[in-house]
Order: sequence, then structure tokens, then C-alpha cells
Amino acid sequence: MVERTPILNFFTHLILFAGFVFCVAPFVIVAIAASHNLKDVNDVPMSLLPGSDFWVNIKTAWVTADLGPKLLNSFIMAFGVAAGKVIVSALTAFSIVYFRYPGRTLIFWLIFITLMLPLEVRIVPTYAVVANVLEPYQTIMDLTGLSWLIEKISGVRVQLSLGLLNSYSGLILPLVATATGTFLYRQFFLTVPDELTEAARMDGAGALRFFVDILLPLSRNNMGALGTIMFLWAWNQYLWPLLITTDQSHAMAVTELKQLIPNVGGAPEWHIAMAGTLIVMLPPLIVVLLMQRWFVRGLIATEK
Amino acid sequence: MEKRVTFGRWTIGILFAVPQLLLIFTFFYWPAGQAVYWSLTLQQPWGGGNIWVGLDNFRSILANADYWNSITASMIFAGISTGLAMVIALVLAALTDRQLAGSWLYRVVLIWPYGIAAPALALAFRFILAPEAGFMAVVNRVWPGFWDPGLDGADAMASIIIAFSWKYVGYNFIFFLAAFQAIPRSLIEAAAMDGSGVLRRFWDIQFPLITPTIFFLLVINITESFQDSFGIVDIMTAGGPANATNLMVYKIYSDGFKGLDYSGAAAQSIILMLLIVALTIVQFRFIERRVHYR
Repeated sequence: MVERTPILNFFTHLILFAGFVFCVAPFVIVAIAASHNLKDVNDVPMSLLPGSDFWVNIKTAWVTADLGPKLLNSFIMAFGVAAGKVIVSALTAFSIVYFRYPGRTLIFWLIFITLMLPLEVRIVPTYAVVANVLEPYQTIMDLTGLSWLIEKISGVRVQLSLGLLNSYSGLILPLVATATGTFLYRQFFLTVPDELTEAARMDGAGALRFFVDILLPLSRNNMGALGTIMFLWAWNQYLWPLLITTDQSHAMAVTELKQLIPNVGGAPEWHIAMAGTLIVMLPPLIVVLLMQRWFVRGLIATEK
Repeated sequence: MEKRVTFGRWTIGILFAVPQLLLIFTFFYWPAGQAVYWSLTLQQPWGGGNIWVGLDNFRSILANADYWNSITASMIFAGISTGLAMVIALVLAALTDRQLAGSWLYRVVLIWPYGIAAPALALAFRFILAPEAGFMAVVNRVWPGFWDPGLDGADAMASIIIAFSWKYVGYNFIFFLAAFQAIPRSLIEAAAMDGSGVLRRFWDIQFPLITPTIFFLLVINITESFQDSFGIVDIMTAGGPANATNLMVYKIYSDGFKGLDYSGAAAQSIILMLLIVALTIVQFRFIERRVHYR
């Protein structure tokens, strides 16, 4: 604060408090609605005093939407995406920054372009690829005459086929295939002093040694930030899991929410729906609360 | 910027990039190419491969009133929700940056909404804005028939805008606050010494200095309103009533997977891709060069 401005301070507090209410009210309403019974939740206006059925509703929502296994699936997928990003991006950034080879600039731009087109806009063809991940390679072999050649020589007809629908790899790999983390690492690697590399080489460390023993420990903060952001991002994915997991045993918690929307004509079971919403909201909220520093840092660093 | 010291064995270097290259080839470049191919061909209903139709898919898409309706809806959605989310976040961030007592609380709480999955908050808002229960029901008691997102297109659009803006206020807040905090305190203090008031300092110092952030967020908010809206639309309105909230990504999804019209969906994807690429280029070329105050 630079000068005394009592009136302005009063309005500052007033507006900020309104913003606070605006942000928190939906959470509070969801929690309160989740504690009512069928009759109370449909009262107009709904009572803002918590009811007594909270745990009953949580349990009903948990059973109806089968949230136990679904939450586990969400965790596996979110961890998979976060770990995949943290590892793959570090490797790529190391390659781009610490080596000189022909085509390096091309690789840089090939990766950079992936930032532009999110999965949502190329959803239909990506789905087709995941239905058979080897299809691109099969097509290339067919077009180049390679499969014809192999058939002539060995008599074996090449039919590559590997479906990833309803599998964790099908869920995770396409989400890892963007450049988000690569540039975060690149920016950081560029700030690592050259003297460090020189010293390491002087002591006889090769590329791999330098990467594992020096560069990775130095990038711990980046890894934390990137991991947190990617975990949340993957947890919150909706369209992709909706398409890929037709089989119930692989469904995600977020996609299961649809089961809880009260049907037109059925009993308006909003208390169950809100209990389910609360369960699905909670894990990312906890991550944001506990990892706030890394969350903010990661968000700003990955986007800029 | 380049490294002065590098490693010599560049064959190893390429190996480090191979996992990512394989991933983006299989799950990015191939599908993107596939989309182009599908948009220029038509799948024959009895099998037997695709036949080349040139730009016919684009012509039929662009001649379709439903598609223009979807574009209009997306633009209205993008415009209003981006405006709301950015203005609210800017005001809150500017006020939080004044660092009065208790501002740590706002710094913590105001970013919560961004952590929540779009479908989860959509379900929450579907209840909060439900016409027969929840809170809009109170308004409907007083003015019967005032609010019904299930029947009235404008109400449905308002619902998804509210839900989306709520989430992105949190997102924008993080960036605005970071931008405000990056402005040197001494600058503000010097201006105050010279006798300029709070508003004057905001418009003449802080606002110009955060314009890069404003433009950056503008582009991100618009692109996100194309993608992240899917979960909100699917849970709250399913594109209805009468296609009033049938946004572009939702239409691609329903045409491609419900209508099984791959060629039409691919043509729509290409148009959306071009739109997003254009926005990104605007961001990199135009804005990054024009807006430089530092």
C-alpha cells in the first residue's frame, strides 16, 4: 500500500469479498445440497442449513455411479499422463538443447506445431488411429511397396493391428503427444550454465550421465510444476475418455457424472447428483490446495 | 538462444527425441493428415474405399444452415464468456494486488474454480440454475416462466456461459495477478510521489504494462472456449434446446460419432483447425510484435 485511501479500501474489500462469494458459493451449495434428502433438496428455496443425510447420499452416489473403480481409473490415467509428460518432454528438450544434428530445427518446429491443435479438434481421426495404432505404419508400408516386398520374399502377408480402445495406453498416449512440457524444459535447460556442462565433461561424464546426474536433479521444480498441471489436466479430461472407454471397467470418474443427471420424468434426485459431483471435485481441489505453489508456477510456465 | 557447449555424439541425441517424435507422428500428424484426407473424400456406404470429392464436403457444410447456426452460437459463447471471465478476473486481480489485509485469502481461494473438471462444475451449475429446484426456481416463483434453459435457447446459452466463465475467472486471475506482481513496486511508488491517484496509476502504468498478458489471455480464452466447452455443453444442455447451444466441437462430436458422418465431421474439424491456427498466428506474429512496453 502506497498511500491512505480509506474509501477505496472499503470498496476493495467489498468487491473482493463479492468475488470470494462468487468463487466459493457453488462449492458450498453443492456440499449443502448433498446433505439434504429428496424432499428438502427440491424445496424452493432450498434451505441453506445442512441436512442430515450427507453420508447416506455420498454412499448412494458412490454405489450408483460405481465411483470406487472409476476414481482408481482416473488416478491411473492422470498419473500416467503426468509421468509420461514429465519424462518424454525432458528427454526431448535435452535432445534439442544439448545436441547439434541435422534436422534439429525441423524437429523443433514439428513439436512446436502440436501446441496449436488440441485433441478436441482432431478427435475423430485420432479415435480411428487409437482403434488400430499400427494403421499409419501399415499404410506407409503398403504405399511404399514394402509389404508387397515382404510378401514376395517371405510369403507372409503383413497385417499390423493393435487396438487400444478400452485400454490405459489408448487413454494416456494421445494425451502425452503434445509439446506442452517440452518448451518448459527447454527454457530451463537454456538457463543452466555452460560451465556446468564443461565441468561434467572434463570429469568424463557422457551425455546420459550428465542428463541423469546433473540436469534432472536441477529440474526438480519444473518436474513438480509440470506434473501438477498435467495431473489436473488429465483428471479433468472428458471428451477423450468418453469416446475411448466404451467398456464400463475402464470408465473415468468424470465421465460417470452423466449417470447421475436426474432423468426427465424420474425423481429429481439432485441430492445424489450433488454428492457425486462433490466426490469428483474433491481430488483436483485437494491437489490445488496442497500444491498451490507448483500449480501456479506450472500454469504460468507451461503457457508462456 | 543456443548452447555453446554440446555433446558430440549426435546419434545419441536423436535417440532422446525418438519417443516424442513417435508419439506426435502417430497421434498428431497422422490423424491431422487423415482429417484432411477424409474432408476431401466421401466414404462409400457399401465399403470399397473412399472416393475423391474435392471440396464438396466443405461446400455442403458451408451451405448448411445448422453449421452456420453452430458457428454463430460458438462466437456468441466465446465473445461473452471471454469478456466476462477476463473483466471479472482483471478487477479482482488488480484489487488483490493492492495487498490489503487478508489479500492472501483471495490469492488462495480465487484460483480454486480452475482446478475443477468442466463436467463436474457443469453438473453443479445445472442444479444451481435448474428451473424447478435450486435457486432460479425462486425467481420463477415470482415471475413464472422467466427462466427455463430446457426450453429457451437464450437461457441455455446463458447457463453454459455462466459455468464456463466461473471456471476461467480462476484461470485468468492467476495470470493477471502474476502480471501485476511483476511490475516493479518502485514504479508505482514513484508515480504516487508525483501525486497520481490509484485510478490514474492503474490506467497509465499498470494497464499498459499488462497488455501482453491481456492479449495472451484473450487468445487462450477464445481457443479454450472452443474446446473446454464440450463437457459443459454435454452435461448441461446436450446442444439443445433446438440446437441453441450446439457449439462447434459438440457438433463435430455428434456428427462424427452419433451421425457417423466422418467426412462432414472431418471438414468441420479442418475449419476449426484453421480458425485456431489463425488465432495462434495472430498471437505470435501480430500481438507479440505490436505490444512491447518492456
